[in-house]
Amino acid sequence: MATTTAPSPTSSRGDRWAGPGMLLPFALFYLVFLVGPLIYTVVAGFFETSLLKSGLGDFAGLSNYSAVLGDAEFWRTLRNTLWFTVLTTVPLVLLSLALALLADRFVRGRWFFRFAFFAPFVLPSAVVSLLFMFIYADQLGLAQEVVTWFGVETPPSWLGDPDWAMISIAAATVWWTIGFNFVLYLAGLQDVPREVHEAAAIDGAGPWQRIRHVVVPMLGRTTTLVTVLQIIASLKVFDQIYMMTNGGPDGSTRPSLQLIYDTGFVEGRVGYASTVSLLLFLVILFVSLVWFALVRRAEKEN
Amino acid sequence: MRDRIPTPSPPAPSRRRVLRGGLALGAAGAAALTVGGCGSTIAQGFTGGAPSPSRLNFWNPFTGGDGERMLAMQDAYRATHRSTELKSATFLWGNPYYTKLTLATLGDRPPQVAVVHLSKLPTLAEAGLLTELHSEDLARHGLTEDKFDARPWRKSQFGGAPHAVPLDTHPFVLFFRTDIAKKAGLLDGQGQLVDVDGPDAFIDALRAAKEVTGAWGGSVASVKESSMQFRLFWSLYRQLGGGDLVADQGKRVVIDTAAAAEALAYIRRLSQEKVIPANTDGKGAITLLTTGKAGFLMDGVWQALAVQSAKVKFDMRPLPRVFKDAPYACAADSHALVLPKAPTGTAQRLDLSLGFIASMLHSSKLWAEGGHVPAWLPTQRSRAYKELVPQSHYATAADGAVYDPAAWYGGAGSTLQIVVGDAVTSVFTGDTSPTAGAARMRRDLRELASRPAPV
Repeated sequence: MATTTAPSPTSSRGDRWAGPGMLLPFALFYLVFLVGPLIYTVVAGFFETSLLKSGLGDFAGLSNYSAVLGDAEFWRTLRNTLWFTVLTTVPLVLLSLALALLADRFVRGRWFFRFAFFAPFVLPSAVVSLLFMFIYADQLGLAQEVVTWFGVETPPSWLGDPDWAMISIAAATVWWTIGFNFVLYLAGLQDVPREVHEAAAIDGAGPWQRIRHVVVPMLGRTTTLVTVLQIIASLKVFDQIYMMTNGGPDGSTRPSLQLIYDTGFVEGRVGYASTVSLLLFLVILFVSLVWFALVRRAEKEN
Repeated sequence: MRDRIPTPSPPAPSRRRVLRGGLALGAAGAAALTVGGCGSTIAQGFTGGAPSPSRLNFWNPFTGGDGERMLAMQDAYRATHRSTELKSATFLWGNPYYTKLTLATLGDRPPQVAVVHLSKLPTLAEAGLLTELHSEDLARHGLTEDKFDARPWRKSQFGGAPHAVPLDTHPFVLFFRTDIAKKAGLLDGQGQLVDVDGPDAFIDALRAAKEVTGAWGGSVASVKESSMQFRLFWSLYRQLGGGDLVADQGKRVVIDTAAAAEALAYIRRLSQEKVIPANTDGKGAITLLTTGKAGFLMDGVWQALAVQSAKVKFDMRPLPRVFKDAPYACAADSHALVLPKAPTGTAQRLDLSLGFIASMLHSSKLWAEGGHVPAWLPTQRSRAYKELVPQSHYATAADGAVYDPAAWYGGAGSTLQIVVGDAVTSVFTGDTSPTAGAARMRRDLRELASRPAPV
């Protein structure tokens, strides 16, 4: 009989494989549904792959890449995507911080504010789009009605005017998704120790100064996380735009992802669409890396 | 009670046992798939086998009112073909539908029968995704050329052979409020609209209606609906004898820019003279009519039920002949039934499929109620259809039906419709001049034509 303290050789072998074994199911999904399609995308970009024919199609070399980089529509959709990212990320970070700070001040009824700000996030994008299509409707919509109360005689066509359409969609998106950032900030606020507040108060800092010099800097890490998640989410915008304007009017709201969808699925040019998606992937990767690099440097300086 | 021994909790299952159980379950599932392989569509998808001989898979893109009547037509089939197991699947209209149909056919798992738009037929047929039909097979089921409306029948041919059986024609037409038209003095003794043909006559009629409504004369989806603006432009352009926009399956651009500019100038006139609002979306255009803020509406016949449900007095007629230089023309498309190419003859089930198609045509009256003009002449010429109001009032529009230009980037909901429609919108709203709009169409079409075709 072996002593109980000595590990048996069989159990140690089992332990060694326990971790990888448990990872295996996820790893399989990861390979089949992420790595596989990614490799296919890279390969298809070098071919004239078509949705209407089986197989990869004729070898195209770098012609898809030169075509995409020379395609004015590619650059326009990229500009639209970046414009949407700016229009949503800035308010979604600043507003959610402000709302979290305000909601945190309430002692009674705090649950109500948390619920109220988070509730829209639960809605599916189709519901939000439908809701805002009614609000922004021409002639009959609420949004036009409201601005006429403020004396605007001819209200803009919110989704029909190329200058307004993206702003209107961004506003709807902010209302819809602010809850997520709001919750992240609320969680960050819980981590600010009471003692720091008290110490600052004893040193004579007013409420505004405490927020400005104590709370906001201590939320730095949350802000980094919120911003990066938001930038990535905004660069991937598709569904609400597809449903509300389908990229119109006149292509003014068409994001890069819709260019990929349209060329790949509507026109059936999978090779070209693969090239665009790979380039968009690189743009998102680049933006995220630059942001992390900036934040890291700022943290070091502090 | 005191000496009751607590029941020992069952031993925690070992990892090995869980794994073994999982494998057993998987095996059982796989066995179920093979055994029930004939019956289940999912199993068929996995194994690639043909569905059971009595089964007929049918795909269509009809939801809403069209979907309801399509279901009724299927019920009619089921009632007379009890031995056939009809399994129909409805997908969201437009490109998602065509993507699924294409991929299923490429992957050798197509439905036996599917609905397509005839404007999409050239591309699908060129890609080799459809089964060529033979007139003797069709004749066996009573589907002969003389029983079909000539235009959709001709459009169902590809390379000289039929590739689809047309179900209807759905043109772009004119809706009007009879109460408003009457007050505006636009109705004759029989309640018919007085002459609205000609560029000025139509605008005069719209202006007369505007006097009555106090808001607008007519409405048309002018923003956010590229397809609808394409239809408006395409109708007027063809009435001017403008011919096709592109040729050789979209590889060559042949747009007549002078005619395009003239059609666009007229569209601009509609908004400039303030008889039609320049920024109304699809729903808004219908609402303007149903709430009495407009007397006319230019839209597709498929909106007939939507307007009818508003319970207002209205009627319909073909789009006015604004330009008289060429034969009458109005943008239109057709739904048709096709047999996607199956890997084997057994999977195709030609006679079962054609029998189903024949039954669908025999139910054309039901389909016509939704606004579509039946392509099946026995129905189109029947008394029952002639008594269908307002559906029968615009049936003649089908004689002037012009389909979308044949191109791999053309057809229902296509890039061509968006590119042309967007140019129309910017002229409609006054952002672009008609000449510049026509030049823009030519430039954008050239860009599309220069792309490598996926077929």
